[in-house]
Amino acid sequence: MSDKNNIVRVSGVTKNFDLGKIVVKVLKGIDLEIKAGKYISIMGPSGSGKSTLFNMIGGLDKPTSGKVFIDEVDIAQLDAYELAWLRCRKIGYIFQTFNLIPVMTALENITIPMTFAGVSADDANKRGMKLLTQVGLDGRHSHRPSELSGGQQQRVAVARALANNPAIILADEPTGNLDQTTGEDIISLLKNMSLDRGVTIISATHDYKMLNVSDQVIWIRDGRIDKIQDRHELDIQTGGLGNAHETSARE
Amino acid sequence: MSRLVALPLSKSFQMAYQSIRVRFFRSLVTTMSLVLAVAFLTFIQTGNDMASGLLQSGEQSIERSLTQAGYDIDPITKTIVSSAKQRWIVFLSLLTCVVGIINAQLMSVTERFREIGTLKCLGALDRFIVRLFVIEATLQGLAGGFIGALLGGLIGLASSFFTFGFSTVAFIPWTNICLTMLYAMCLGTFLSLIGVLYPAIVASRMQPVEAMRVEQ
Repeated sequence: MSDKNNIVRVSGVTKNFDLGKIVVKVLKGIDLEIKAGKYISIMGPSGSGKSTLFNMIGGLDKPTSGKVFIDEVDIAQLDAYELAWLRCRKIGYIFQTFNLIPVMTALENITIPMTFAGVSADDANKRGMKLLTQVGLDGRHSHRPSELSGGQQQRVAVARALANNPAIILADEPTGNLDQTTGEDIISLLKNMSLDRGVTIISATHDYKMLNVSDQVIWIRDGRIDKIQDRHELDIQTGGLGNAHETSARE
Repeated sequence: MSRLVALPLSKSFQMAYQSIRVRFFRSLVTTMSLVLAVAFLTFIQTGNDMASGLLQSGEQSIERSLTQAGYDIDPITKTIVSSAKQRWIVFLSLLTCVVGIINAQLMSVTERFREIGTLKCLGALDRFIVRLFVIEATLQGLAGGFIGALLGGLIGLASSFFTFGFSTVAFIPWTNICLTMLYAMCLGTFLSLIGVLYPAIVASRMQPVEAMRVEQ
């Protein structure tokens, strides 16, 4: 197979949604290779299929055809047990709507994945507290999501995603429900985590603030890959965020 | 590395209990419909038990007041005949019980689809989800069933004192009433489980995104 550095490989993935009378083709054949340790942004207008692609990569939904490999393992071949294990240990998820468990405190939300992974309660609490400190939520461990602001909830979600030291973090519009400054905080938090821990971060977004920190940007349009740009190309071609926006709008 | 995904039973109990405690008001609404349904069933059954008990005391005046209260007595065997009307009332009370409880539990699972999807993303197996809901429903069923049975039994007794006078205390068929209460409590718990099992199994088998896509 291909070289070991490919943590995610997507080959010929299509996805159709059957809406009864019509079949909507959301993804029309995506081929993609993602190297370990990079910060990847999947960019595209809403309805372009980026969230769908994101769900395919994360094993949250099944492609109509094509294959998704994580660490060169075809995830369609995994049974329920192995898939759960993959979601628990290999991948950390961050959502636009935070999706914390409302009845649990910040610390409990972070330790659930560790419980699933078989970590003892003491160890889980210790690690959970450490993660809370790392995301800048010292002393908020006993607060419920309803007692935290949007930005703070997303920080808890970041800590939860990191709970089992995953190889990949998937973030679906992580800044979509946050204001400008809070969004920037979350982005830099993600970037730092990726640098410190060597985690691959894949984020579906249409937030241009993300471009600044991305190693690679994958532009999606109408269910196909429009273009893939590395960081240096981004700087040369667009020379700034505003231009990036215009360029993509013109194309 | 062992590919282990686990949720210890003690942790499941803790999570289920916490879910009831934190969502106390919501759990109360679910449990309340359980209490009312079980109470209604117990009330009707206790009334029947009381009538049979009184009849066995053999007093003429009681036979008359039972007939006045609407019970049909077989003139030969001297037992309460379960008339069509009687059976209809018991059937109705059972129906209330079934519909009320199943509806309440269906709702309580449906409104937590997103939570279920999230737990699956974090690595929960389908059966963890089902187990959590089953424990929660059992706890609610036992608590609601107990309170309902107690409530229905007490009101049933009180109403027969009211109809037949306090002299009837001596003839209360305690064993039968206790059995009725136990039976109603078990039925309540069972229905609570049935009500939660179907939506929980459906939800746990969904792909995580489908569960999270459901509008809340």
